[in-house]
Amino acid sequence: MKFEAVIGLEVHVQLATASKMFTRVAAGYGEPANTLTDPVVLALPGALPVLNKAALDQIIKAGLILGCSIAPVCKWDRKNYFYPDSPKNYQLSQYDQPICLGGAVEIELPGPARNVMGEHKKIPLTRIHLEEDVGKLTHGAQDTLVDYNRAGTPLMEIVSEPALASADEAYAFLTSLRLALVHGGISDCDMEKGQMRCDANISIRPVGATRLGTKVELKNLNSISFVRDGIAHEIRRQLAVAAAGGTITQETRDYDGQTGTSQSLRSKEMAHDYRYFPDPDLMPVRVDEAWLAALRATIPEHHFDRQRRFMADYQLPYTITSVLVPDRGLADYFEAAARLGAAPQAAANWIANDLRRELAAAKLPLAASKLHPAHIAGLVSLVESGVISSSIAKEVFVAMFQSGEPPAAIVDRLGLRQSTDTGELEKWVSAAIAANPKAVAEFKAGNEKALNPIKGAVMKASAGKANPQRVDELARKLIG
Amino acid sequence: MSTQPDLNLDYVANLARLALTEEEKREFARQLGDILHYVEKLRQVDVTGVEPMAHASPVFNVWAADVAGPGLSVEAALRNAPARRDDTIVVPKVVE
Amino acid sequence: MADEIIHQPAARLAALLAAGKLSSLELVQACLARKRAVDDRVQAFNSCDEAAALAAAQASDARRAAGQARGPLDGIPVGLKDAIAVEGQPLTCSSRMLANFVSPYDATVTQKLKAAGAIPLGRLNMDEFAMGSSTENSAFRPTANPWDLTRVPGGSSGGSAAAVAAGELPLTLGSDTGGSIRQPAALCGIVGLKPTYGLVSRYGLAAYASSLDQIGPLARTVEDAALLLGVIAGHDPRDSTSFQAEVPDYRAGLAARKGPWRLGVPKEFFGAGLDPEVSAAAKRALEFYRQHGCEIREVSLPLAAEYAIATYYLIATAEASSNLARYDGIRYGHRSAAAKDAIDIYTRSRAEGFGSEVKRRIILGTHVLSSGYYDAYYLRAQKVRTLIRNEFAAVLRDCDALLSPTSPVPAFKLGEKSADPLAMYLTDIYTISVNLAGLPGISIPCGFTGGGLPIGLQLIGRPFDEAGLLAIAHAYEQAHEWSQRHPAL
Repeated sequence: MKFEAVIGLEVHVQLATASKMFTRVAAGYGEPANTLTDPVVLALPGALPVLNKAALDQIIKAGLILGCSIAPVCKWDRKNYFYPDSPKNYQLSQYDQPICLGGAVEIELPGPARNVMGEHKKIPLTRIHLEEDVGKLTHGAQDTLVDYNRAGTPLMEIVSEPALASADEAYAFLTSLRLALVHGGISDCDMEKGQMRCDANISIRPVGATRLGTKVELKNLNSISFVRDGIAHEIRRQLAVAAAGGTITQETRDYDGQTGTSQSLRSKEMAHDYRYFPDPDLMPVRVDEAWLAALRATIPEHHFDRQRRFMADYQLPYTITSVLVPDRGLADYFEAAARLGAAPQAAANWIANDLRRELAAAKLPLAASKLHPAHIAGLVSLVESGVISSSIAKEVFVAMFQSGEPPAAIVDRLGLRQSTDTGELEKWVSAAIAANPKAVAEFKAGNEKALNPIKGAVMKASAGKANPQRVDELARKLIG
Repeated sequence: MSTQPDLNLDYVANLARLALTEEEKREFARQLGDILHYVEKLRQVDVTGVEPMAHASPVFNVWAADVAGPGLSVEAALRNAPARRDDTIVVPKVVE
Repeated sequence: MADEIIHQPAARLAALLAAGKLSSLELVQACLARKRAVDDRVQAFNSCDEAAALAAAQASDARRAAGQARGPLDGIPVGLKDAIAVEGQPLTCSSRMLANFVSPYDATVTQKLKAAGAIPLGRLNMDEFAMGSSTENSAFRPTANPWDLTRVPGGSSGGSAAAVAAGELPLTLGSDTGGSIRQPAALCGIVGLKPTYGLVSRYGLAAYASSLDQIGPLARTVEDAALLLGVIAGHDPRDSTSFQAEVPDYRAGLAARKGPWRLGVPKEFFGAGLDPEVSAAAKRALEFYRQHGCEIREVSLPLAAEYAIATYYLIATAEASSNLARYDGIRYGHRSAAAKDAIDIYTRSRAEGFGSEVKRRIILGTHVLSSGYYDAYYLRAQKVRTLIRNEFAAVLRDCDALLSPTSPVPAFKLGEKSADPLAMYLTDIYTISVNLAGLPGISIPCGFTGGGLPIGLQLIGRPFDEAGLLAIAHAYEQAHEWSQRHPAL
């Protein structure tokens, strides 16, 4: 029998806010233990929660980006369970009235070749809701240490439909989701810092079956690669069980990315009974059209839309757009250069190759670059109008990256302007013809390529300043 | 609600994380049985189409701007902790 | 000096302070002396930081000497129920669970008291986590009724009521979830006000049932209650359920707002189970209002009368089961020495830390929220609550206030009802529906039984019309001398 996999993802994303979800002590990462607490975080007697408006803005924005419908009214529920990382022993969450419903994540599957865009599809979402993060447990040999710095950080849970068919699709899903959220300023989605965490529900079923198979929940997938590897591993494991005539048991498994193995987690106590009920301490939220409109105005263009536009409007090749678009700053930079009149393809090349290389070498973020879109536009225009050659342009680029000096000024100061002075060019060309009688003879015999050593000699004599086009014309004229 | 309220004390006590003695279980079973029997009377009320009341007043959109303020010092945060080490709270090993 | 001032209303003490005839230090010393003299019998106090109170009194006197007194309550001691947080002070909720807990922060009402120059003095006994009607559920000791030490002071704010009645403190704060301010005020012969839900911030009040709890004043006179309410009321950005309402000058409103009023008398609140002496006293109060030109109309609250207690015990215990989950022995509070693993910490610490009534309510609340029971119990109770609120709203359209006894019985004997939780619950029959509806309610003294026990009259007002409610109560109080009687201790 042939099987297919069905995968659904639950992605937790910390929102980029200054303070916590339900109190105004700072949210943060990497601070000394238990320095980001207050009576609310520690659930001291008498403490009460107050919603963070920015977190609401962020999740609604995320919902708009992902095409969700935003609930006109949503409320806050308590999810009751005991665990040492949960100070109140209930988590504030949204149970039956989440703020975002539906929506989809557009994904791109690997293409037939690196330079060809792959197939796109939309993975539907079930819901997105807002809740609070828990503290951090560090397990020692004898005991467990608890740090509540992370407790109460705004956390968005994005639940997909069971609509992913492979580990690659899951990888593409997370990659695209991450880009959309980072571009929207909703989260930094740094998986190493736990800002984005993923659980996967995986099942297999005979191809053509409509009922879902028994699902296994895979936890602790703490990098996008581990998500792909873990899911692939789990699908293989389930296929092997099925092939051996066994049955899949519903369980939660822990995937170890280092060893590429998974193991069943002992099921925590008996079946969960979370006793959800509306939190009496928090008032419901009503979202009106004006609020939505204000947030809609702040949403950036979706990365795939932008990529398609770059390819259509600027005639950029797919590979270059794949470099520019994922980095919103770089893509904005490119568009600024294009708006200043730079030829798009040339500008894109400078940015995607030279600028990125120099930034990496100097270990600088784009924002710290002394080189601005106007420099790129200026440089492209100098090359296009024949003032400098492409090879000189490389030199100018490095100089202006270091100093921030405008390209024309560098060209003038260093005397790099291409020579179009006919008298000077004639001297160089005549000398080259005289020095290469063999090449001249071959050219006259009809070998076009024989002109190259002559042109090379001119470029050498002129230190690259001779305009190649004019040199070609003059050589033909003088030999002829 | 049946006329013979069924209260699974062991199940509920586990959910509530309360270790009950046998004597407490006997006593609670009787007392809570009485109380559950008493609240059966709510069955008589016609609540068709009535909105549940989760809050004493119907107010919406209560929130604060996202401005981080000071929190507790570590000392203040941990002064009531039954066991602490290295500015963390110590609990017996948690089995995941 | 002390004997003259221990039973004086706070407004009178404020006048003496303002006139320079009394210092805050003298006042606090007098309270402490009275506490030393009677509290081994009354047992209203859980603890008391005398040094902090004396220092605050001296600071108040210094302010006054410099002409910088902060208002009428500057220099007046105010006792706090041991469920309201004061930075650096114990916060026990009269529970073994929090026996050693010291609050690292102030409740909003505590901050407001301090800002007004009032002196937080004493942590007052209560039923454990405010669950009870007699203060017998304190894990430490029961408080006695100052009028008869063999009887309960009521609860759960029993320490707050007894301290005022016994002359230990002029003013106290309590909290009221189903009658926990009004019922002990009635049983101790003083004034107790439960404000409209949302008028006073709950931030820093250890929660029992979040949608029902309110902090309010206990005092010797209506005027004193008005003064204290004026200090603690008002919107608090730390409490999402606190209301954006203007806080009027309640004391000025006492004289400004004159009757005659239209008063409703819920006929069901004068039915079976009501002590005849209590009934007679309430009816005499009714006659007083009638003779002063008020229009008295009989109204009916059939749902509130029949279903409020059942509704309350489902909603309150459900919320409590979740609110009290935080008491787990992890970050603070009692941790069982016998705990071997993390699960043990919970089950054993909570078993050792909580008393019977708290466990009973947690079990009940957990059950009514659990899978398969939620709709039948909790959701249904929330819907009945809506109906009860609507029922009150309808009768209050035509009435300025409703009038009833506060408690169906006067103070009962210690131990009398402690074996029968349901019988104890039924003593809250007239007060509980007011919390469900979120309305303001006040209890004022309206007489004594033949045996010398105080009787309380309850007035129920419109939402956020505390000014009107206080004025109606004040009119009665001015024409009677109940508040001038004091227990012989």
